[in-house]
Amino acid sequence: MIHLLTVDWLLLLEKLILIVIVVMASLVIAMYETYAERKIAAFMQDRIGPNRAGPLGLLQPLADGGKLFFKEEIIPNHSNKILFILGPSLAMLTAMITSAVIPWSGDINLFGRTVSLQIADVNIGILYVFAVVSLGVYGIMIGGWSSNNKFSLLAALRGASQVISYELAMGLSLIAVLMITQTLSLKEIVEQQMASHWNILYQPLAFIIFFTCALAECNRTPFDLPEAESELNMGYHQEYSSMKLGFYLFAEYVNMFISSAIVVTLFFGGYDIPFLDEAAHADWGNWLALAGLVCFMLKIGFFIFLFMWIRWTVPRFRYDQLMDLGWKKLIPLALANMVITGAVILWMNK
Amino acid sequence: MTATEILFWFLSALALFSALMVLVSKNPVHSVLWLIVVFFSISGHYILLNAQFLAIVNLIVYAGAIMVLFLFVIMLMNLNNSTEPQKNSLVKLAGVVAGCLLLTVFVSAVRSAQEIKDSQALMNTGDIGLIENLGKVLFRDYVIPFELSSILFLSAMVGAVVIGKKE
Amino acid sequence: MNSFVYLLDTVVTGNSADYVPIGIQIIFAAGFVATVMIATHLLGPKRKTAEKLENFASGIESHGNARQPLAIKYFLVAILFVLFDVEVIFFYPYAVNFKSLGWYGFIEVLLFVCFFLTGFIYIIKKGALKWED
Repeated sequence: MIHLLTVDWLLLLEKLILIVIVVMASLVIAMYETYAERKIAAFMQDRIGPNRAGPLGLLQPLADGGKLFFKEEIIPNHSNKILFILGPSLAMLTAMITSAVIPWSGDINLFGRTVSLQIADVNIGILYVFAVVSLGVYGIMIGGWSSNNKFSLLAALRGASQVISYELAMGLSLIAVLMITQTLSLKEIVEQQMASHWNILYQPLAFIIFFTCALAECNRTPFDLPEAESELNMGYHQEYSSMKLGFYLFAEYVNMFISSAIVVTLFFGGYDIPFLDEAAHADWGNWLALAGLVCFMLKIGFFIFLFMWIRWTVPRFRYDQLMDLGWKKLIPLALANMVITGAVILWMNK
Repeated sequence: MTATEILFWFLSALALFSALMVLVSKNPVHSVLWLIVVFFSISGHYILLNAQFLAIVNLIVYAGAIMVLFLFVIMLMNLNNSTEPQKNSLVKLAGVVAGCLLLTVFVSAVRSAQEIKDSQALMNTGDIGLIENLGKVLFRDYVIPFELSSILFLSAMVGAVVIGKKE
Repeated sequence: MNSFVYLLDTVVTGNSADYVPIGIQIIFAAGFVATVMIATHLLGPKRKTAEKLENFASGIESHGNARQPLAIKYFLVAILFVLFDVEVIFFYPYAVNFKSLGWYGFIEVLLFVCFFLTGFIYIIKKGALKWED
């Protein structure tokens, strides 16, 4: 006998709706990131950018996405078919599940229920993000290897080595932040920042290391070596077409959105509204949560813009420079930051 | 049956099935992917036991790091002449017998272990598996093993460099 | 023993029921990915020719395939990554308990970091991470 009656169906339904909204919203935002990227590139290069599909070219991402569905699906003869399909699927899947632990805003009241705007407030929040990020490397490796193309393979190996190298510095840089917060739950990290100051004030170095690593993890310029078209034709997704290619490109934009959200959550107060004491305005109810959400999105938008700004400003690294930066500079720097932070906090507390 | 039990049986079946697929798959890359599924189902078991830190570390270290290393090793090999030499049937038979004997030893060992019989797994309860409590135990009671592990890492690094950088 | 899902309606932080929504999200995302994959397979045209299905090699006839042994450098990076990753993981339980452990814990970790650095300096001195030979 299954005790199905003990399930809190309302909570389950609430979570399900939240999941659908969060996943779909991150996809739509990723779509409009491609538009923003083109518009920003155009602005920086004194061009106009997409302006034909709809007013101001706003329908361009829809046209781009729709087009990919109707392209011919090519699976090369010498490739490993199952893995060839699995590669982009994994890339997209890992991009879509990271959002589970991000607190989007404070609790809201709906029909007498308190609804949390976070899919899962788990005890090890930030480690979940790391686990998913560390799985992201499979999308690149499997896709590149199964294509059975030398360019793809080389790009996949480069990409995988890059991603795993920067994961180390990323993990180490966070330790110093966690020493201050004393928790891994992202919700608690945000609430602590609401009560006092944003973590960026205490840990600027950790932020710089973390953000650099986030650029590398998303394969964004100046770390877009896996897609270095001048050396590798197109990179690990060279043999891909139709929506499979779309998934690889799209996953990058979803990752960019999620990593901006995580940077904001860890260092810039998450959904904290600057210069406003939230605790004193608890009577605003749902409006406060909404304002927090808007604030969070604006901060995320700034970081997405920063990602793009860097892309159109900084040229690509050479591969040996990239590995040197990751291993010989960022790792010792993060380690030193951790030890110094620890010593300073202990010395101040005595 | 409670939902916990359903999940337990589902995860167990998934783990065993994927472990079998690791052995059965002809393509070594498929084997690695099935092994990742095994780690996922084991992490699911850890979560049922409320060992959250262990669950996530299992994913980060095994599924996210060691399996990447395995994939690199497979890609380093020359897979074109992958015609595995056919072992003769006598060797296969010996393998089956040895495997069955080992299984018998394990099963009888588990059956006769009184401690295992008496104890029951704590589902969802207990918070020793949470990161805070684990850290306290690790850095208070198990300091020596913790420091020794760093020496182990050092020796592993030296080993890797010596093998990898052979002139 | 409580049932798993029963715990969903008790708001307790730090139990396994917290992970149910993550499971749902993974299933939802997998469903979405599978749907799109099938849709693009059905919607696209299918005009296959022998040349189209060859691997692309910038227009040059390709020699052999990509199932070849590769540089050991990548392998070395991967194995060092595994070692470092495990060491980094050890710092997380420490960071969470950092304040309650005080100077005592700090000295422990400092010793650990020293061993870590010894290995790190050895690796760099041996040139294991030197990319250009």
